[in-house]
Amino acid sequence: MLFGYHWDTAHGEWAFALSILPMLLRGLLVTLEASVVGFFVAMVLGLILAVLKGARSRIVSWPATFITEFIRDTPLLVQLFFLYYVLPDYGIILPAFLTGALALGIQYSAYTSEVYRAGIEAVEPGQHEAAKALDIPPRRTFTHIVLPQAVPRVIPALGNYLVSIMKDVPVLSVVTVLEMLNVAKIIGDQTFDYLVPLSMVGGLYLILTLVASAIVRFVDVSLPKRGLPLR
Amino acid sequence: MHWVEFLKPLSLGAWVTIQLTVYSTILGAVMAFTSGIGKLSPNWLIKGISVIYIEVFRGTSLLVQLFWLYFALPIAGDWIGVDLRLPPVMAGVLALGLNIGAYGAEVVRGAIQAVSRSQYEAARALNFTPRQALWRIALPQAIPEMMPSFSNLAVQNLKDTALASLISLSDLAFKAEQLRNFYQNSETIYTIILFMYFGMALVLTVIMRALEHSVSRWRRVRK
Repeated sequence: MLFGYHWDTAHGEWAFALSILPMLLRGLLVTLEASVVGFFVAMVLGLILAVLKGARSRIVSWPATFITEFIRDTPLLVQLFFLYYVLPDYGIILPAFLTGALALGIQYSAYTSEVYRAGIEAVEPGQHEAAKALDIPPRRTFTHIVLPQAVPRVIPALGNYLVSIMKDVPVLSVVTVLEMLNVAKIIGDQTFDYLVPLSMVGGLYLILTLVASAIVRFVDVSLPKRGLPLR
Repeated sequence: MHWVEFLKPLSLGAWVTIQLTVYSTILGAVMAFTSGIGKLSPNWLIKGISVIYIEVFRGTSLLVQLFWLYFALPIAGDWIGVDLRLPPVMAGVLALGLNIGAYGAEVVRGAIQAVSRSQYEAARALNFTPRQALWRIALPQAIPEMMPSFSNLAVQNLKDTALASLISLSDLAFKAEQLRNFYQNSETIYTIILFMYFGMALVLTVIMRALEHSVSRWRRVRK
């Protein structure tokens, strides 16, 4: 029994598959929640890293570059364990779900920061020159002229990382988050049948990523392009 | 316990990680080329198989694939009466290689398609067979274009090997987990292995850059 649902092992594979579907869908919901929270963290943290990396002072930009490289070159699993076991030593006790989403966000912030940076660099030099001519201070130029033009352009590229994050959520099962794969694993442990639940998770994932990619592509083509000199 | 004493058991794990990375990257490269070229094949059967392979392995999670090969495949083997129990190393290399190969396949396909059409036309005019045009004209131009993406994928693959610790393969992440259980010294141990993974990734990047240098040798001749 899981989430108040019972599995049916007595009436063949199809009945079994049908009986565990609600449990897997509960897990799917957790997968989606973790993806969204993780994506949000990656969007915010990535922007911060991108801004720091672009800073004129090397005391700021070099550490930011190093941190990005370090995050990008180390495994999500190890970062997750690090956060899960080390944060409590410093008195930061988060639920497993939040720790997991935070780890996802941190890992992907390294990737999203590169996307932001590309977007920021793609803003026409004329915009900077015009801002200078109008005597707008550099900080205000960045927040009010560069960013509003850079961010909408990179949204589709960021969306692709949302799909990648979804595929990394199963890693969170190691810190007891009950996402879809963990649910399937528990069902397998209890019924000794791994084939049906794990295959169903594979199928559900395929549907999930196909739908998510289609949505990202739809957003890409339907974003208003007027006024934005895209690419 | 002083942190230096952790290095010896951890380096044993790192060696397993390195082997896992090398084998699965090689398998991945083979799969990337066969299915990337297969996706461009005029033969619908080869094309179909390649597309299905790429979509399935890119569309599902690596950990799901790993667990499927390790836990579910033996049961599927039971059904058809074949022993498909894989040792963890096999399951790990297979899952990692097949997964990264599917991503690599898109890189291969993209790079081959980016070779200009006139190159194929010229090959045809010179009476090259389609196979010769692929091997002698398209691939030598396409491979250097693939290398930067391959370099990223190789690092990705190195990071992904950590997941193999979850099917009881005693790689670096697994050793760290063992030591942590024993000494309860998580901060030191995880800091060390984060830097070990980082170091291995840097070395891998250098190796891939050397490889890129060597496959694009012919370009310098022309200049």
